[in-house]
Amino acid sequence: MSVVRVSFRWLPPLLLSLLLAACASHPQWQLDDVKGHLPDLKFQLTNDLGQPVTAASYRGKVLLLYFGYTHCPDVCPLTMVHLHTVLQKMGKLADDVRVLFVTVDPARDTVPVLHQYVTAFDSHIVGLTGSQNALAELAKRYRAFYKRESGKNTDGDYLVTHSSAIYIFDQHGHARLLVTPGTPNDAILHDLKILVEQGS
Amino acid sequence: MKLRAALATVLFAVAATATAAASSPAGVRVREAWIRWLPADLPAGGYIVIENKAGTPERLVGASSPDYGMVMLHRSQEVDGADVMTAVSGIDIPAHGSFKLAPGGYHLMLMHAKRAIKPGDKVPVILHFAGGAMLQVDFPVLPANASAPPD
Repeated sequence: MSVVRVSFRWLPPLLLSLLLAACASHPQWQLDDVKGHLPDLKFQLTNDLGQPVTAASYRGKVLLLYFGYTHCPDVCPLTMVHLHTVLQKMGKLADDVRVLFVTVDPARDTVPVLHQYVTAFDSHIVGLTGSQNALAELAKRYRAFYKRESGKNTDGDYLVTHSSAIYIFDQHGHARLLVTPGTPNDAILHDLKILVEQGS
Repeated sequence: MKLRAALATVLFAVAATATAAASSPAGVRVREAWIRWLPADLPAGGYIVIENKAGTPERLVGASSPDYGMVMLHRSQEVDGADVMTAVSGIDIPAHGSFKLAPGGYHLMLMHAKRAIKPGDKVPVILHFAGGAMLQVDFPVLPANASAPPD
């Protein structure tokens, strides 16, 4: 008896929560939701085949934007391997995804080096380079940063400190999610699948 | 030139064998050694687990390889949302303990390959310990997108 009385009192919030659960526009993201907090993707750069490209060149794809450099032997390859693993698990859906590896070291990362580098990891990864200004502008747009460290080594070797986040954009170039270091691959896989399927 | 190179190789091999036989650190065992191959003669990362079965600590102070112009001890760190890589002067392996050099942390940075190195190769690396002991280890070279070390 008392159950019936209570159920009436809780009916409105219960209905509301049922409505929310049924609402497809509120997926349970496992990554950080940045929708509305970062600007749409915009750039004018050169891809690893030497072709001029803009954000519009990749409309229709879910994009993962990462700032790195090829003379980074540990963390950049590790990040690319994580993304390669995720893309492999996506199977056919991976065709709707591109990883944009934007160099923060354009002096050493020539188009041919970038091409060899990205293709060694996964066919869905694109290397992007450009003028110092164009690269700095893109990094600034997403509050990413990079800094060439004063060289300790001889023969021109130097290290570059760079932001480690991965920015995820939907098929329309809207910033949607942010991957921070240490995020499990399964969380990236989970959210990418939703984004790809929502857009198709 | 060819003769000189061959002679240098022989001399080096003799030296390497001699040092490995003469002064490898007692109690040190290694496993899961590998190098992540990268194209275009880019610096490569080397990884290994060093175990110390002895009752006294050991300290890895450097590494070298006949196949690379330079090998450095490095550490990747996440500092305020950025990847920072720094050279380290040594790595302590505690008594009856072990230390793992793994992607995203401590690693060897191998630079300026002296020959064309490709996945499937083995690269000899000499680990230098405090006190002068050395240990030569063959590091298998794995593809760029490898995620797990060989058994």
